[in-house]
Amino acid sequence: MATNDEVKLLDFWASPFGMRVRITLAEKGVNYEYSEQDLMNKSELLFKMNPVHKKIPVLVHNNKPVCESLIIVQYIDEVWSDKAALMPSDPYQRAQARFWADFVEKKIYDTGRRVWTTKGEDQEAARKEFIEHLKLLEQELGNKPYFGGDKFGFVDVVFIPFYSWFYAYETLANFKIEESCPKIIEWAKRCMQRESVAKALPDQNKVYEFILQLKKRLGL
Amino acid sequence: MEMGEEVKLLGFWPSPYAIKPKIALHLKSVDYEYIEETLQSKSDLLLETNPVYQKIPVLLHNNKPVCESLNIVEYIDEAFPSTPSILPAEPYDRAIQRFWAAYIDEWFPTFREVALAQSEEVRRAAIEKVKEGMSLLEDAFVKCSKGKPFFSGDNIGYLDIALGSYLGWLYVYEKLSNINALNKEETPSLLAWAERFSASDAVKDYMPEVDRLMEFAKIIMPRFKAASN
Repeated sequence: MATNDEVKLLDFWASPFGMRVRITLAEKGVNYEYSEQDLMNKSELLFKMNPVHKKIPVLVHNNKPVCESLIIVQYIDEVWSDKAALMPSDPYQRAQARFWADFVEKKIYDTGRRVWTTKGEDQEAARKEFIEHLKLLEQELGNKPYFGGDKFGFVDVVFIPFYSWFYAYETLANFKIEESCPKIIEWAKRCMQRESVAKALPDQNKVYEFILQLKKRLGL
Repeated sequence: MEMGEEVKLLGFWPSPYAIKPKIALHLKSVDYEYIEETLQSKSDLLLETNPVYQKIPVLLHNNKPVCESLNIVEYIDEAFPSTPSILPAEPYDRAIQRFWAAYIDEWFPTFREVALAQSEEVRRAAIEKVKEGMSLLEDAFVKCSKGKPFFSGDNIGYLDIALGSYLGWLYVYEKLSNINALNKEETPSLLAWAERFSASDAVKDYMPEVDRLMEFAKIIMPRFKAASN
């Protein structure tokens, strides 16, 4: 990184999307300014840097904003390419990584959200679907230590933040992910041994308290 | 392309998603076997090669499948490294193009919402969203193209494909909804770009005729309506 590189991250502590960027910056050894955003009272800066979606995370690199966490992670991987490559080099492996990252993006957050925002039959259905998605990911992981193979990679970065929300999902919907998907839990604990991940993910109890507050605020 | 390379593409003629890899393969001068799926039933090959979503397009490169249209376009760019490049070289430009491509995929179904709207209120809200997107994309085009013919500059690239692949359906939805989203007053640059894009060699053989799409829309729209109720 050039000595006059300025990197700022607009983020929110509990956001799995923000965690992806934190992990990536740490893996790459990039110095940056972390800026916690108040999502109930969004700042001028956030509106200026992400006028289209008004959401975090936003990476601001030398005053130029990059939005959307998957895009930010790829951007960081491409700019700081000398260290800890997250994407494989083979085109086919890269396509597979992008496919599974996109699968996590499409399925995990939305289904997880239904798990903690619904009750009764709806919650039961959401829980079943959530486990189905995790099982598919477990299948994809197979016997590899990481989704990236021997190396911690793009799909690992994209998926691991949700581990910090597992306790909340499990407690609010009364189920244990480990019972259905033990390999996912094993993989998650392996990832948590990495400093970049351990530092980026908040404590699961803190997340649970946060979601309880959110539920109250949403009247759920 | 190397000898012994086998490329197949599973597609469906009205699908805007299937157009994307067709354009990319043309840009890279890649020979391939095109396999047309039908609306009625999914082939064994499709179910086998895309078990997760069971949808076209699927690219098979020496029997190895790649799924999801924009993912396939990036793959084609990397696996067949001949010029022209489909994605820009600079990471920031790539991030901008990926951002708008993702935005377009999320926003384009709003056109269908206009066509399916049951109340004036819903219709008006959907039209507003359509127009908001058109305005954002008009600005994005001016910024990205920097006076050149395409989002990517002199040649068609990733973002041109991401938006251009929807043009056929855009015209269909405009007709069905009696709106005019792409026009000289509000989106002059995009209007000119759309004409250039549709006329280019890499695109013109793959864009289905609007009349043919309209006929198909008559069959498919009731299904979308049923799904949204």
